[in-house]
Amino acid sequence: MITLNGISKSFLVAKRPSGIKHAVKSLFHREYTNVEALRDISFSIAPGEIVGYIGPNGAGKSTTIKIMSGILVPDSGTCTIHGYTPWLDRVPYVKNIGVVFGQRSQLWWDVPVMDSFELLRDIYNIPQAEYRDNLTLLVDTLDLGSIIHTPVRQLSLGQRMRCEIAASLLHSPSILFLDEPTIGLDAVSKIAVRHFIKTINKEKGVTVILTTHDMNDIEALADRILLIGKGTLLYDGSVQGLRGQFGTRRTITVEYRENANPLDIPGASLLSWTPDRAILSVDTEQILISDAITRLSSQVELLDVTIDTQPIEDIIVQMYKEYEL
Amino acid sequence: MMKPYLSVFRLRISNGLQYRAAALAGVGTQFFFGFIFIMIFQAFYAHASEAPSMTLSQVITYTWLKQAFLALIVLWLRDNELFQLITSGNIAYELCRPSEIYGLWYAKLLAQRLSSALLRCFPILIVVGFLPEPYRLQLPPDFVSGLLFLATLLIGLLMIVALSMLIYISVFVTMSPAGSLLLFSIFGEFFAGLIIPVPLMPDWMQKIVYILPFHWTADFPFRVFTGNISKTEALTGILAQCLWLAALILFGKFTMDRALKRVVVQGG
Repeated sequence: MITLNGISKSFLVAKRPSGIKHAVKSLFHREYTNVEALRDISFSIAPGEIVGYIGPNGAGKSTTIKIMSGILVPDSGTCTIHGYTPWLDRVPYVKNIGVVFGQRSQLWWDVPVMDSFELLRDIYNIPQAEYRDNLTLLVDTLDLGSIIHTPVRQLSLGQRMRCEIAASLLHSPSILFLDEPTIGLDAVSKIAVRHFIKTINKEKGVTVILTTHDMNDIEALADRILLIGKGTLLYDGSVQGLRGQFGTRRTITVEYRENANPLDIPGASLLSWTPDRAILSVDTEQILISDAITRLSSQVELLDVTIDTQPIEDIIVQMYKEYEL
Repeated sequence: MMKPYLSVFRLRISNGLQYRAAALAGVGTQFFFGFIFIMIFQAFYAHASEAPSMTLSQVITYTWLKQAFLALIVLWLRDNELFQLITSGNIAYELCRPSEIYGLWYAKLLAQRLSSALLRCFPILIVVGFLPEPYRLQLPPDFVSGLLFLATLLIGLLMIVALSMLIYISVFVTMSPAGSLLLFSIFGEFFAGLIIPVPLMPDWMQKIVYILPFHWTADFPFRVFTGNISKTEALTGILAQCLWLAALILFGKFTMDRALKRVVVQGG
């Protein structure tokens, strides 16, 4: 059980305008601005959930993860995870969590992956039987068999990331924080990572909190999303709910027998048009899909119709606009 | 309890032992500088107006010991991985471990020095034991002095690692290792007697040197080996070394805790 209540965090950032004059001036007097990274963030997460934590760059996603993993101390607010306050009970608390920072590495660069794993076994004091079971599971599901004896410096990014994820799960944590686990990965590796996250969530009941910029990750994994922008929590709910709230538009692609007249449907905007093909964006709050199609068929001789829901990326972009992020 | 630290130690040793070419090059360099130092001292001794408080043969043995155990006594030996960990923010991972960072890093640095010294000291010690006079390494006056030497060298090594931890801790504040490293290595090297043995320094300077901790890490064990320091003096010296070691570790842990409370891992 994870509960955050009124968490705020600000950083002091030294600033100075560019140019030599200001550089010399800042030798004597330095100006700082107070950047509010997080403002009054509250949410709670139940065991076994997969939560997608999304927001534009600099929104405060990583700061929240760092607070929840005990690395940063917030200015105010409370955070209780498994009865611990992460930054106060750091050492007993961190045994319960696994963390992957997609942009950093926890494996020793010059030694085979296996050596790093064994080091982690000793650091977390994992019983031999448990270690062996976890290792077998991780090697099988993440397909590490062929790379586990290779020094980390010789691995590709995708291979390394799979090892990083395995490394953070060796001690059977009940909570897994993933900070951009799919950054820079190719499609195949992304799918492998997603599949794996689903598996450990189902089979071992691991609670997963995941930040990402890849909306496909969210759609494939998260039952629930938290949207954060400029340090404030903007949306907390299901992916479907987000669609319901913001995704009222549908895209209709129609093919028809050659027709010189452009289409005109009230409540729909034409995204592209050629004499035999058109793409329309329909706002379902203004016109029902069935009405739109009826009108279309009265204007042209339809050959093919496809209706797509709005990709979640577009919804997010729309939300960003709405909240002026 | 000690398992994580032992494990880091073991991994770093096995990692360090694979760098054979670096060790070979190091041995060559250390022979070269050993001869240079000895020739300079020979010139000084040939023109000395009064007899210095250390014999030339003691100074030569001192110099070879210094060259052989360089990895155990110099402050400029550094672990760039740790510097990168701090400046790049990868320390975020270290903070997610249920262990004390001070202990893990201490074990890592200790192992780095030991693996480095193990590869280098034996070839040097064997060769200089058979060099023609006056370049030959003179064995300690008796067996007990030899044992005392090993004990003082070991405690000195533990002190050096505790001292070098302060360099890493300072990087939390400065974010650049260059300054601390330069300052520590130049002063540390001089005050440890690595440029000239402490007994050859002027009296007023010796007084300063004996206040500071550095001479316990190199000058002291080497003079125990040569017999320049008596066995009873060596025993009281070991006590002083232990006190310094405890003080340095306590100070290091204290400052590290303070630094970690203020740490801000930026970006990503």
